[in-house]
Amino acid sequence: MKKLFVPLAVLTAAMFAYAPIAIANAPYESTMLLIQKIFYFHVPSWMAMYAGIAICGAASVVYLFKSRPAADRLAVAAAELIVLFGAIGLVTGPLWGRKAWGVWWQWDARLTMALLLELVFIAYLLVRAYGGPGSDKLAAAVGIFGTAVSPFVYVSVNIWRTVHPLNTVVPTLRAGMFGPFWFCSVAFLLLFTLLIMLRTSLANEQARLDELYLAEDDGAA
Amino acid sequence: MKVLVVVGTMLLMLVILLPGQAFAFQAPQAPTPAGQAPPGQSEFIPVDQLPPSEQLPAAPLLIAAYAFAWLAVFFYVWTVWRRLNKVEADMRVFEKRHMRGNPR
Repeated sequence: MKKLFVPLAVLTAAMFAYAPIAIANAPYESTMLLIQKIFYFHVPSWMAMYAGIAICGAASVVYLFKSRPAADRLAVAAAELIVLFGAIGLVTGPLWGRKAWGVWWQWDARLTMALLLELVFIAYLLVRAYGGPGSDKLAAAVGIFGTAVSPFVYVSVNIWRTVHPLNTVVPTLRAGMFGPFWFCSVAFLLLFTLLIMLRTSLANEQARLDELYLAEDDGAA
Repeated sequence: MKVLVVVGTMLLMLVILLPGQAFAFQAPQAPTPAGQAPPGQSEFIPVDQLPPSEQLPAAPLLIAAYAFAWLAVFFYVWTVWRRLNKVEADMRVFEKRHMRGNPR
């Protein structure tokens, strides 16, 4: 894993260095014009968030039913990244909406559910931080709940009438927008991979230190 | 009866609004001295389109969005780096204590 980190970091940095050029060369959308270019960071940040949700959900299931500490460490790393990328999506969205819709925020199904999903994973981290002994299992249950809710956020634009664009905009992207969008998406997923590797290594180090202290206490007792 | 109510309401509105109108007509036309509030607007004139100077520009919002994304990522990396340094420092303290054969 450590061997892979540096080449991956170099590749991600190179991709993000080129991303502004790709975005600048992408054509303007016919009604929203310049502001639509937020799309190239907004949607990939949600994609990274969903990657985190998938990992957090799967790792939480493994931890809850098999009690594997490594799965717990992976779940907490993923939860932090869910909150990070979710925050990017929740801030870039209103900046886009202010120009496109004339308002910063609408309490419609998609936006409200996305905010609630972010709050579920903030709750996960708060339970971990302040829940005391045994909170890791409770947090795993919260993680599974958040994962179960997430598909509804995705399909909400198809079920309810919202101001948010439909999910069909991504598969129907024209050639000029398709390339930069998927380029940025891959860059965001690589960034997500790097950050989860970094955060998991931190969790592993913390676990190693805790084990050393516990062994010391056992030896003293 | 209904007519009386309507006429009465209209008269009442005139009584309330006329002094305001009269005040507006008496308002000074000279430019407001510095530091004083301008006189109240007497009427609103609609226009079809905003002048370009009043339209919300997209570029600052776009720049703010990209800047926030980067700031959030860098802030997160910084917090991980800080926590990693703290764990490594604790590990060094632990190892030093054990090398001296002085567990707590």
